[in-house]
Amino acid sequence: MTLPDPGTWGPMLAIAAMAVATYLCRISGVALMSVIPLTPHVRRGLAALPGSIVVATVLPLIERLGVAAAIALLVAIGSMILRRSELLALLTGMAAISAMRALGF
Amino acid sequence: MLARHPCALTQARAFRFWAAMPPEPQTQSPAAAPITAGGMWLGVRKVSVLVPGIVVFAVAFGAAAAAKGMSLLETVLMSGLVYGGVSQLVAMEIWRPEWTWGAIAGLAVVTATVNARMILQGAALQPWFAQYSKTLNAFHLFFYTDANWLIGTRYHNEGGRDLGVLVGAGLALWLVWVGATIPGHMLGALVSDPRRYGIDLVMPIFFAAMIVPLWRGRRGAVPWVVAGLAALVTAKLFDGYAFIIVGSLAGAITGAFRDDPA
Repeated sequence: MTLPDPGTWGPMLAIAAMAVATYLCRISGVALMSVIPLTPHVRRGLAALPGSIVVATVLPLIERLGVAAAIALLVAIGSMILRRSELLALLTGMAAISAMRALGF
Repeated sequence: MLARHPCALTQARAFRFWAAMPPEPQTQSPAAAPITAGGMWLGVRKVSVLVPGIVVFAVAFGAAAAAKGMSLLETVLMSGLVYGGVSQLVAMEIWRPEWTWGAIAGLAVVTATVNARMILQGAALQPWFAQYSKTLNAFHLFFYTDANWLIGTRYHNEGGRDLGVLVGAGLALWLVWVGATIPGHMLGALVSDPRRYGIDLVMPIFFAAMIVPLWRGRRGAVPWVVAGLAALVTAKLFDGYAFIIVGSLAGAITGAFRDDPA
């Protein structure tokens, strides 16, 4: 081992490692797309990307978090269709999940 | 209330800009690549609706960090430098009092996999960012989060082109996130069970709500179905957060090879 043990600096180094890893994630997608030419295919792929990220993030989380979470998200989506307010969607969704968990679901 | 803070300085200038140009410069040509104080203020207003959820999330993280024995300084540093809620909460699961280089490297890898969605979120808005200098992009991307991406995507889809919106939203949310971490750390015990209040659902709810403004009819949703199925299968097969990347890429590739105009 050439490196000295992290010792008391361990937590700070761990935080620094997380910060670097996260910043690299933030910039690498933008850096990558700046060298890929925007062909019609790439353009259509990028157009489909936002909704794909949303669905790919949410569906497995629902599967992991359970039926109550699924209902809460549907309540939030319903609120969003009716009112188009993220805050209201958050409040109704969190109220729904709190109520269902309090009732033991 | 907290969200107004960062713009107290720019507010006066914002009003001057307002007199000269519409608050949402939707008619700007792409070459103009504007970044205005008015745009930053608009970003702060757009992000303000997300503030209650982010405060609750930050308090939950502060409490979890206190429970793991992190000092207030370490907790605030993590919120300020990492600025990624889900990855910070996941890090608390594997946080330890003693660190080896291997454990630090492992934490970095876990953080990168949790935050890998930012790679795609950055790619999705790159055509917009490309009009600005590398230095500016390197700066504002430090403050790029799920919330920024959601706001930026919606704003850009509606024809907005002022990067100030993302900068303002990112700075405001960063202040709220770091600020709210502190009471969370100090009041730790009060939110010992964040699940009870649905805090684990804050980001999923924002994401789910985002489907409504993104909706472009059934044909546009075909890539989303592919993304969802691929993500579900990946989540069944592998632990962790790889499902986000696999699902999103599957959806984007499906979209790329369909004949609809984008």
